Amino acid sequence: MGLNLAEKILASHSGKETVRPDQFVMAKVDLVLGNDITSPVAIKEFRRLGAKHVFNKDKIALICDHFTPNKDIQAAEQVKMIRQFAREQEITHFYDVGEMGIEHCLIPEKGLAGPGDLVIGADSHTCTYGALGAFATGVGSTDMAAAMALGKAWFRVPHTQRFNYQGQLKPYVTGKDLIIYTIGQIGVDGARYQAMEFGGEVIENLSVEGRLTMANMAIEAGAKAGLFASDDKTVEYLQKAGRKVEKLYPDLDASYYKIYNWDVSKLEPQIAFPHLPENARSVRETKGIKLDQVVVGSCTNGRIEDLRQAAEVLKGRKVNKNLRMIVIPGTQKIYLQAIAEGLIQTFIEAGAAVSTPTCGPCLGGHMGILASGERSLSTTNRNFVGRMGHPNSEVYLAGPYVAAASAVAGEIVHPEEVLS
Amino acid sequence: MKQFTGRVFLFGDDVDTDAIIPARYLNNSDLEHLKKHCMEDADQEFPNKVQVGDIIVAGKNFGCGSSREHAPIAINASGVSCVIAESFARIFYRNAINIGLPILEVSLKGKVKDGDLVTVNLDNGTVEIKGEVLKAQAFPPELMAIIEAGGLVSYVKKEIEAGEKHV
Repeated sequence: MGLNLAEKILASHSGKETVRPDQFVMAKVDLVLGNDITSPVAIKEFRRLGAKHVFNKDKIALICDHFTPNKDIQAAEQVKMIRQFAREQEITHFYDVGEMGIEHCLIPEKGLAGPGDLVIGADSHTCTYGALGAFATGVGSTDMAAAMALGKAWFRVPHTQRFNYQGQLKPYVTGKDLIIYTIGQIGVDGARYQAMEFGGEVIENLSVEGRLTMANMAIEAGAKAGLFASDDKTVEYLQKAGRKVEKLYPDLDASYYKIYNWDVSKLEPQIAFPHLPENARSVRETKGIKLDQVVVGSCTNGRIEDLRQAAEVLKGRKVNKNLRMIVIPGTQKIYLQAIAEGLIQTFIEAGAAVSTPTCGPCLGGHMGILASGERSLSTTNRNFVGRMGHPNSEVYLAGPYVAAASAVAGEIVHPEEVLS
Repeated sequence: MKQFTGRVFLFGDDVDTDAIIPARYLNNSDLEHLKKHCMEDADQEFPNKVQVGDIIVAGKNFGCGSSREHAPIAINASGVSCVIAESFARIFYRNAINIGLPILEVSLKGKVKDGDLVTVNLDNGTVEIKGEVLKAQAFPPELMAIIEAGGLVSYVKKEIEAGEKHV
């Protein structure tokens, strides 16, 4: 019996020919990641372990992105602690203000995750790198600490569910819509403890950015990882990051816990209603939902393609007077590219605020917090109670086309309604 | 024998980490700070009502969402002796084991209400409610080793002290 992507990567990193679901393995990791919320706890645990040195200063990434540039004194103290640790341990991939970006936009951009890699990160959206063929999964701070010391971590080999998408996507339907639809079908615990593997002709035609958006939200179905086979697009994307890679595929006779085959030709842009990402509905069924704020950005949709989609809608139009729009490029490189393409000018002329890269409002950190009773449409990944601010506020999730069109209309609309 | 009786705080399905400890409080990881806001967005009164030894009972997928270890840490700091849920989200499950917060996977749906007393036996993984004894999902031996060591730090410490690497 052949191996699927998750099994291949866990086998190769634990020195085994083969592994089976539910087997425990101790595996070597290629990258250990932490952010400005999780790293301070991990650094304390690292000290408690009695470890003196990290296992490899080139294989740890510390990225200050959640409350950075620091929003208050406490956040500043946390980052100060990370900065000191990074200097002491001579961490190569430490990214602070000026260089930092949202971790899951920055790591792919720098080529720090690629086909066959095993990555753990003290951030649940670490699963994003599955788009590039890595087995990447979120862990807590103590796991991060142990891996920083030992360079390895324990894993229970997950069962894998395979999702095949066939057909031709309609205009304005993106990776975001595919993943919201998928979570709507299987639920927020539909892939709990399991890996998701995405494929089919729609995925082959999807951009790397679209795949990153999909893998990013695998955790919203409870998954441990969301994986894609690599192709020419993967190779080209990583080549730009200065990394040469070999493609990795699942075996043809790989086994899966469950296989879904969906024709998505009729799929409309999707909206996830409050307060769970599984509350997926077609934008066509969404009428009269007035908005106070629209956010385009985050590790889910803060890449150049996302900004291009939003700008395509906003070009020559104005953000509705009754709402605020905030656009957050994912990294400095994306920001510069958006300036070069005139996208930032489009946003500002339309009346949107543009921010330096940060996770900011996605988790209710800063840069766009909602008041009681307010409602936001956001290209982010979670719409839990209080996620973007007051516990009585609401978050609706969608892709950049819908977000930009809704910012113009003042309520949730299909992009066609604004563009035609 | 690790057996104790505690008062139930009942929650529903899919209790997420933003409900357990909202991100707006994550600019500080001190225990006293996290404790003050534990479960706040699910039950505003929880931090005032909870007492040492109380037990959280929930439905499926408890702890879904973020990887923040602050979530099990906040629950632990509140004095909660155990979390019993029909199922746990993966990262929360792993974090709870790593920091030594007792968790049991068993459905108590329809069997308990807020304030009821339940007796937990961690050694044999059982929960007793009004005379009825329910058996929780057993932990695999690999996880039992971490649990018995008192969490991942003590477990790994032994490994480091054994001189395997970098000391």
